[in-house]
Amino acid sequence: MTAASVESGLRGAAERDKLARARMLRGLLPALSLVLVLLAIAWLNPRAISYFGFSLMLNLAIPIALATIAQMFVIAGNELDLSIGTFVGFVGCVTATWLKDAPLIGVLILLGSIGVYALLGALIHLRNLPSIVVTLGMSFVWQGLAILVLPKPGGKAPDWLLSLMAFKPPLIPFPIIAALLIAAVVHFGLMRTSYGVILRGSGGNAAALERAGWSLLRTKIVLFALAGLFGVLSGMALIGITTSADANIGNGYTLLAIAGVILGGGEFVGGRVSPIGAVLGALTLALAASPLLTFMHIPPDWQVAANGAILIIVLAARVLISRRER
Amino acid sequence: MASLRLLLAKPWIWSFIGALLVWLATIAFTGGYGGGGMITAALSLAVFTVIVGVGQMFVITLGPGNVDLSLPANIGLASAVAMKVMDGNDAMIAVGLLAALACGMAIGAANYLLIWALRIPPIIATLSASFIIQSIDISYGRGLQIKPPPGFADFTNWQILGIPVLAILTVVFTIGAAIALQRMIYGRSVLAIGQNIRAAWLAGVNVGRIRFLTYTLSGALGGLDGALLAGYFRGANVDIGNEYLLASIAVVVIGGTSVAGGKANVPGVWGAALFLVLLLTMLNTFGVSAGVRLLLTGLIIVGVITAAGGQKALR
Amino acid sequence: MLKANTDIIRLDGAEKRFGAVRALSGVDFHVRAGECVGLVGHNGAGKSTLMHMVAGTLMPDSGRIAVRGGIEDHYSVPRALELGIRCVFQELSLCPNLSVAENTRINHASLSGFGWRRQAADLITAKLDEIFPGHSISAADIAGDLSIGRRQMVEVARAFTVTQDPLDLVILDEPTSSLDAHTAGQLLAFVRRFVASGKSCILISHLLGEVLGNADRIVVMRDGKVVASDAAKAFDRDRLVTAMGGAEARQKAAAETASRPSAGPLRVRARPARQEDGKELVAHAGEIIGLAGLAGHGQTDLLLAIFAAASRARAGIEVTAPVALVAGDRQSDGIFPQWSIAENIGIRSLARLRSGLLISPRREAELASFWREKIGIRTPDMNNNILSLSGGNQQKALFARALGSDAGIVLMDDPMRGVDIGTKLEVYDLVREEARNGRTFLWYTTETEELDNCDHIYVFKNGRIVANLRRDELTEEKIIQSSFGDAA
Repeated sequence: MTAASVESGLRGAAERDKLARARMLRGLLPALSLVLVLLAIAWLNPRAISYFGFSLMLNLAIPIALATIAQMFVIAGNELDLSIGTFVGFVGCVTATWLKDAPLIGVLILLGSIGVYALLGALIHLRNLPSIVVTLGMSFVWQGLAILVLPKPGGKAPDWLLSLMAFKPPLIPFPIIAALLIAAVVHFGLMRTSYGVILRGSGGNAAALERAGWSLLRTKIVLFALAGLFGVLSGMALIGITTSADANIGNGYTLLAIAGVILGGGEFVGGRVSPIGAVLGALTLALAASPLLTFMHIPPDWQVAANGAILIIVLAARVLISRRER
Repeated sequence: MASLRLLLAKPWIWSFIGALLVWLATIAFTGGYGGGGMITAALSLAVFTVIVGVGQMFVITLGPGNVDLSLPANIGLASAVAMKVMDGNDAMIAVGLLAALACGMAIGAANYLLIWALRIPPIIATLSASFIIQSIDISYGRGLQIKPPPGFADFTNWQILGIPVLAILTVVFTIGAAIALQRMIYGRSVLAIGQNIRAAWLAGVNVGRIRFLTYTLSGALGGLDGALLAGYFRGANVDIGNEYLLASIAVVVIGGTSVAGGKANVPGVWGAALFLVLLLTMLNTFGVSAGVRLLLTGLIIVGVITAAGGQKALR
Repeated sequence: MLKANTDIIRLDGAEKRFGAVRALSGVDFHVRAGECVGLVGHNGAGKSTLMHMVAGTLMPDSGRIAVRGGIEDHYSVPRALELGIRCVFQELSLCPNLSVAENTRINHASLSGFGWRRQAADLITAKLDEIFPGHSISAADIAGDLSIGRRQMVEVARAFTVTQDPLDLVILDEPTSSLDAHTAGQLLAFVRRFVASGKSCILISHLLGEVLGNADRIVVMRDGKVVASDAAKAFDRDRLVTAMGGAEARQKAAAETASRPSAGPLRVRARPARQEDGKELVAHAGEIIGLAGLAGHGQTDLLLAIFAAASRARAGIEVTAPVALVAGDRQSDGIFPQWSIAENIGIRSLARLRSGLLISPRREAELASFWREKIGIRTPDMNNNILSLSGGNQQKALFARALGSDAGIVLMDDPMRGVDIGTKLEVYDLVREEARNGRTFLWYTTETEELDNCDHIYVFKNGRIVANLRRDELTEEKIIQSSFGDAA
């Protein structure tokens, strides 16, 4: 009998090793796709691989990464936020108007909007609502509010924000430092802390969590509030870069953020997300979106298509690698 | 009384009640003026949402994660294709419609090809596809100023006793869709897949073929919608389908279809589409600004889903 | 008679209704310190409802709950945990996306702050070592990567870990359902040690031998009531079965199956993917073929491969008739939860239910009512939702789905998992009858007794066929010997 158990143990260990290896390789994929895009850029335009080049190319990476992290928190709880883009736009409008002209009110509005996110989490949980639809509705709400705050493109970012986003540290460009910082902080918070486990567990097996005495209402509120917080940071970072706002400025971020999470190895259900992967995914998208295409001399008409194609190619590579692993 | 209770138990009835309330609120505001015209206009516009809504409904019913985000791009491209093929010539109307349908079906099939071959979540697959379609449309439809053939434009605006003929045809179509859903192998298979894709496979459902058909159907309906929209609004346009991304999803869910999959509702799509169109009309009648209109539309969608609430959904 | 305050928990007159269904009608139940109470009864007898009350997940509509003599008016899960009462539920309750250590953290609010990961890992590893020596599970393993048996081991071990809350009573609901004989033995031995140390345990199992061999006292439930409660020694298998109200005493199927005429035409010829020698599984029309061996050694994989081969040709597998599959894991592989019983049965036969292009509601109803009679699905109306049925009756509906189809070959993936004896005996008869009519059955089972129904048994190990026994050669030792290979 013991021989048998040792034997079956070995078999189990081998099988698990294989699964663990597959998981590790999948985990490396986001980094791999980023490297691939970087190599392509380096090949097309070696001069871009420089301090200045990166500062320029990754210009918009920070807000995209923050929005992707926001979406990741929502996806971690098996929900989806279709309003994050217009929310970023709304925050941008508030940042370019109230936050500059009446900082106190501006801060209150932004805190209040995080509160709205928390309330949405509570509403979705208590009434058992499909988040796709609730956030779909909210995307109209944020857009409407953005237009009311800033009917015409304009406004101006607060000076402190402008100087923060224009920060030029030695050696490593600011966007890269910021991305590393975001990834590290969120990774620690979600993947390493004991409450992070509960948050991820709520996406993995909510019933089990409830049975162990945890409040699912609370996890959902926390996840949505975090999404709101990172949405606010994203909107502010965006305006810090663009200096002025427009009610439609964030519209593309909804889909970009979802794509970033998935590119980063996240899955729509089951609480399987990776903060580091999400940031890498966002960087990949930011690089692929315009610098790479410009270097490749793709006519403007086809840039959108090239974006889609890059998304498809990266995901196809992911499938190919996972398939060979099996 | 019992039949009333039975009626109220139907999930789709609420969207019709909502539409009715919005209509009453509007004619109360106008003092009863223009109530009939409003219904005619609402029917004409709702048709376009219903057509893509039904396609989206079948897709969403396939289960969590299934959604067709390529509809707006699809509509845009098909509208251009239809106009170019028809070339303002009445004799080419049928050919143009077929071309638009074929274009939509090709897009739907391509969507499923991506989902199947690359095992990408449908949201991402249809999103990536829509980027590409959009570019094709921009490039293909650049400077396209072709008007629809007069016969086609008249057909899309044709009314009998204040009822748009297109609306009547669409009602017939939706009845067909409802029958297909409940009484045909295709519909049953979609519902089975939506509840549990693995169980469906083990119960002998040809999962791959049904999903392929569903995405192709959604694409075809998008293509048809594009052609009709171009006829109704007298010209193709890259942005002509933009509002149908959110609208198609919204009507499906407000209409009582489960986002968790496996439960679909065809009449509800009509109710929800009328509700949304009438809501917009109401807000326009009240003369509110664009910002307020968006704000209220959003709040009402959230309010409706909260009130209807309670259905189990995976997300 | 012992005094009340030695009771860990006592329920008096507990009642519970779910809509029109009376799940519990006035149940008195108690567990004393240092005893293992065996709880048996058919599916739907009210065992789960009762245990949910003990664990605090359900409140009785009326009746009283007392823990160690103190009345609990606001009993709940957190309160139960505080009082040292825990439950391992039948449905797995690990988070598949979390590691074993992280899953342990979920059950211990006090595992937080600096170094919690280390603590959680040590805690669960120590307990796994104690209960399942040689388990080869690492605390860093992701739960979803583990086999179902290992997940159950983690879950059981987790329930016995202690941090700040006390631990006095553990409810084990079918704890061995996914374990092989060896690990099940380890677990039951641990339960005996646990009880000997003065703690208590409630053991629910459909394997009556397990309950008879390990419980101190056995409580039998039937139709929401306790119908017998006595020292385990006072029971034997027959008395238990009689008390449960199951079908009459078991008859060995042997006599019936032995005199089967020689086999009909070939139906299935299949070689497992990992098979290196020439062994293959062969099934003819009218045969019942058993797939045996330890749980998860490739039996299900082969069934699924055969299932897939029926619609698309595959190397190494030959299938000559339509195939239907009866799932063992009802929730994830079988049931369509939004549909009625009739729709759940009809899905495999839609093509035959058509008249013209449309599915005929009349034919669908006929099919459903035919099988309701034939297989005895207990429901007032086949148009009721499938979930209104008890687990055993849901399983019958899945059998009806397969047997009502045109399939000449029926694959059974351990379908009797967690099904009560009454249902089992009814289904065994039906399977034999269908085989006599020319149907072929491939039957994977983890319960050795069920192999008595088979003509031919293939024993699996590590994804390969290692033995091929005729029914008359079949003994439990032979299966165990082959399952464990030459090393045993």
